[in-house]
Amino acid sequence: MNTQTQVVELGYGGNERLMLNMGPQHPSSHGVFRMILTLAGETVVAVDAVIGYLHRCHEKLGETLTYAQYPSIASKTDYVAAMTAELAYVSAVERVGKIEVPKRAQYLRVIAAELQRIASHCLWLGTWCLDMGGAIGGGSTVFLYCMREREMILDRFEELTGARLLYGFHQVGGTRYDVPAGWDTKVRATVDFMEKRIDEYEAMLEGNAFFLVRTQGVGVISRELAQEVGVVGPLIRGSGVNYDVRRAEPYSSYRDFDFRVPVETAGDCYARYRVRMVEFRESIRIIRQALDGLPDGPISSRPGVKSVGQVRVPKGEGYARVEGPRGEVGCYLVSDGGPKPYRLKWRGASFTNLAVLPHIIPGHKVADVVAIMGSVDPVFGEVDR
Amino acid sequence: MTSSPVVWQAIEAFVVLNALLVLVAYVTLLERKFAARMQSRIGPYYVGRPHGWLQPIADALKLMLKEDVVPTASDRGVYNLAPIVFLVPCLLIFATIPFAPELGVADLNIGVLFFLAVSSLEIVGLFMGGWGSNNKYALLSAMRAVNQIISYGLPFIFVALVPVLLAGSLQMSAIVAAQQGLWFVAYPGLGQLAFVLFLVAALAAENRVPFDILEAESELVAGFRVEYSGMKFALIQLGEYAHMLGTSFLGALLFLGGWSGPWPAWFGPIAFLLKAVGIFLLVTWVRWSFVRIRVDQILAISWKLLLPASLVLLLATGFVVALRGAGGA
Amino acid sequence: MTAADASTRIRERFGVEAVMADGVLSVVLPRERWQEFGRVAREELGCAYFNWLSAVDWKDQGLEVLCRVENLDARLVVMMRTRLVAGEARCPTLTHLWRGADWMERECYDMFGIVFEGHPDLRRILLSEGWEGHPLRKDYAVDTPFTPYR
Repeated sequence: MNTQTQVVELGYGGNERLMLNMGPQHPSSHGVFRMILTLAGETVVAVDAVIGYLHRCHEKLGETLTYAQYPSIASKTDYVAAMTAELAYVSAVERVGKIEVPKRAQYLRVIAAELQRIASHCLWLGTWCLDMGGAIGGGSTVFLYCMREREMILDRFEELTGARLLYGFHQVGGTRYDVPAGWDTKVRATVDFMEKRIDEYEAMLEGNAFFLVRTQGVGVISRELAQEVGVVGPLIRGSGVNYDVRRAEPYSSYRDFDFRVPVETAGDCYARYRVRMVEFRESIRIIRQALDGLPDGPISSRPGVKSVGQVRVPKGEGYARVEGPRGEVGCYLVSDGGPKPYRLKWRGASFTNLAVLPHIIPGHKVADVVAIMGSVDPVFGEVDR
Repeated sequence: MTSSPVVWQAIEAFVVLNALLVLVAYVTLLERKFAARMQSRIGPYYVGRPHGWLQPIADALKLMLKEDVVPTASDRGVYNLAPIVFLVPCLLIFATIPFAPELGVADLNIGVLFFLAVSSLEIVGLFMGGWGSNNKYALLSAMRAVNQIISYGLPFIFVALVPVLLAGSLQMSAIVAAQQGLWFVAYPGLGQLAFVLFLVAALAAENRVPFDILEAESELVAGFRVEYSGMKFALIQLGEYAHMLGTSFLGALLFLGGWSGPWPAWFGPIAFLLKAVGIFLLVTWVRWSFVRIRVDQILAISWKLLLPASLVLLLATGFVVALRGAGGA
Repeated sequence: MTAADASTRIRERFGVEAVMADGVLSVVLPRERWQEFGRVAREELGCAYFNWLSAVDWKDQGLEVLCRVENLDARLVVMMRTRLVAGEARCPTLTHLWRGADWMERECYDMFGIVFEGHPDLRRILLSEGWEGHPLRKDYAVDTPFTPYR
C-alpha cells in the first residue's frame, strides 16, 4: 500500500491541461459520440474517442434473422444512406448464394444508390456547414438549403418505395418495387434542378474567404495514414488514393456507366469537400445514363418474399462491398446452409473513417475539431451498428 | 421644458428605456423574419397571425415563467450578478444618443467617448458569467471573449474617432450637425473605408457571426450563457440585442448623418431609426450568410489588418482635417 | 505484384497454399506466424491498406480471426486467417503494422473476447466497461438478461 503523500504541484507557467468532455450530448456530435479532449489553452493535445452509444449489435441480430427478414433491418445500420446499406447485405447474400440479379434490377439499384448518394451528401454539406457556421448563423442557411433539396429526393424515394428514410427496396435477387409510371421524368427534373443548386452551393461557399480559411489545411490525413487506418470514400480519395469500389470491384452493372472518380491530393477538409462536390455531379451523370439505358425485364430473379425462411443459401462464405456515400460498406457473410447467416460482419464506412480522428485532431484548435468531425461525415448508426 | 430638469430627464429616461425594450423585442422579430426570408422559410407565424406579431411578447413571457436553474457548483454571487452587470452598460449606452435635436436623455459633450467606454464594460459581465457558471465551455468562452473584445475594442474606437475628427467634436449632436451638408459615409474615400471598418469592428464587438466565437454553439454549446436559464438568460439576450441596436444607432449617427437629410424636421427621428435598423439588417445579413472563423484567425484579422488599417485611416483623417480646418464637411 | 506472384512468394516463405477465390487471396496461418505474415504482407506484398479485422466463432473448433488487407495499386486482396485453439482466445496484435488495427482489434475483443497480445489499449469499444460476456460468441444467447444502465 502506498502511503506516500501525493504532492500536487500547482503550475502557473501556463502548462495546465483542461479536460473537456465533448458529447455524447453536444450540438455537433452528429448523433451520439463522445470525445474526451485534453486542451492546452484552445489547442487539443490528446483525444480519446468513445463510441458505442448507439450499439444494437446488428451482427448478432443478423444471425437471428433470416435472409428475407434482414434486408429491411440492414437499412438501420446507416440510416442516412439506407439504400446502400441494404444493397451491401443483399449483395453479400447473392455472392454467397451465387444468385443472379436481372439487368433491370441492377440498373434500378444503381439509380437508387446514386440518388441516395446525393441525398446523403446534401445532409453532409448542411450539417458540416452547421458545425462551422452555427445554428444561428450562415451555417444554418446552407443547412436549410440542403435540406430543401434533400427533400425532393426523399419525395422520389417515397414514390418509389412508400418510405422516406428506411426503404426496404432491395431484396435478395433483385429489387422489391418497380418504378411507378412517370417516375423517371420526375427523377430527371429533380437531378436537373439539383445540378443548378449545386452550382449555387459552390458559389456560396467557395467564394467565401472565411469558408476557405476554415477548411484549407485543416485536418490533413496523409496518404499513408489514410491507407493504414483504412478510411474509405471521400476521405481516402481526398488524400490522393484512387480507391472507389465502383471501380475497384464493379458491382451492379457499374461497368456500363461512364463516370469520373474525383481524387484530391491535399487531404484536408477542403479536399474532402471538393471530392464530394464532384461526386454530386458524377452521381447525376450516372443517374441520367441509367435512366436512359434502363432495360426492360423482370426486377427480381426470385419470387417476392412470401415467407421468412424462403431464401436459402448454400454453405460458404463471402464478402461483398458497395460504395456508399461514406465509402466502402461491406458485409462478410458465413452461411452454414440454413435460412439464417452463421456469421455476419458489417464493415461500416463510418467506423474506420471515425477511427482516423484521434490521429489527426491533436494540434488543432477546438473550433477545428468540429470542422474535421463534420468533414468525416460519420453516421453513428453505422459506427456502432 | 418648464418643469425641473431632473424630473424631465427622469421621465425622458423612462420613456427611452421602455421604448428601447419594445424596440429590442421587435428587432428580434425583424431579424427572425429577415433570416427566414434568406433561408426560404416563413419564420414566426402563428403567435399573432398572420406574421407572428406577438412572438416577442410570447417569448418574453415564456422566459419569465421558466424555472430558474442554478448549477450547484456555480459561484452564486458572481453567477447571479453577471446578467445585470452585462445588461446595464448595454442599456446605458442609449443615454447619450440623441434621437432628434434636443431629444435625448443627455447630450454629453463627450458623448462618443462615453458610448465607447461604457459599451466595452459589458465584458466584465460576460467574464463574470463565464467564470461564475463553473462550466468548462463557459470558461473557454469567457477566455475567448476577453481576447476578442480587447482586440476589437481598439480598431472600433479608432474608427469611431474618424467622424469625431472630421466633426471636431465628441458631442453626438455636434457630429450630426457637421453632417448637414454631406454625410460622413459619402466623404470621398475616407468615409466609405471608415464605414466598412466600423461595420466589421462592430460585428466583432457585438459577437455576431462570423465573429461569434464566444457563443459558438457548435463548439462551446452556448458559450458563457450555457448555464443560464429563464429570466437571467432573457436579460443576457436583451443586453446583447440592446448593444447591437446601440451600435447600429451609433453607426447611423457617426456615418449616416443621424436625423439629418433632405426631409422635413418631423421625419428626422424616423429617418434616424430607419437608418439604424438598416445597419442592423446589414449586420444580420452578414450574420446569416457566413461561417464562423477560428479564434486565432479572428485575432489575426484584428491585429494584422483592422488595427493598422484603422490607425492609417485615422492618420489620413488627421491630415485632411489639418488641411481644411476642423468642423463641418 | 500480381496475385500469382504473391501466392508463389507466400508458398516459399510460409509453406502454405494461398487459395484464390472471388478475387481474394486467402491464407490460413498458424497463430505463431500471424505477425510475421502481417509484416510480409505490409512490406513485401505492399498491402498498405487495412480493410477490416474480425472473427468467427466455430464453437468447439475454436475462434477464427480474419483480417483483410489490400494493395490498392495492384488490386491485390489478401485475407489472413488463423484458427485459435478452442478455449484459448489469444492472438498477436497487428497494431504496430497498421494503425487501423487498433479499433478493429478492440471491437473484436469486445465482441469475441479475443485478447490481442501487445495491443496498446485493449478496452471494450462498443459495449460499456462493465458488460459481462462477449455477445458474438455462439454461447452467448440473444436473450441474455442484462442489468440496465442507471
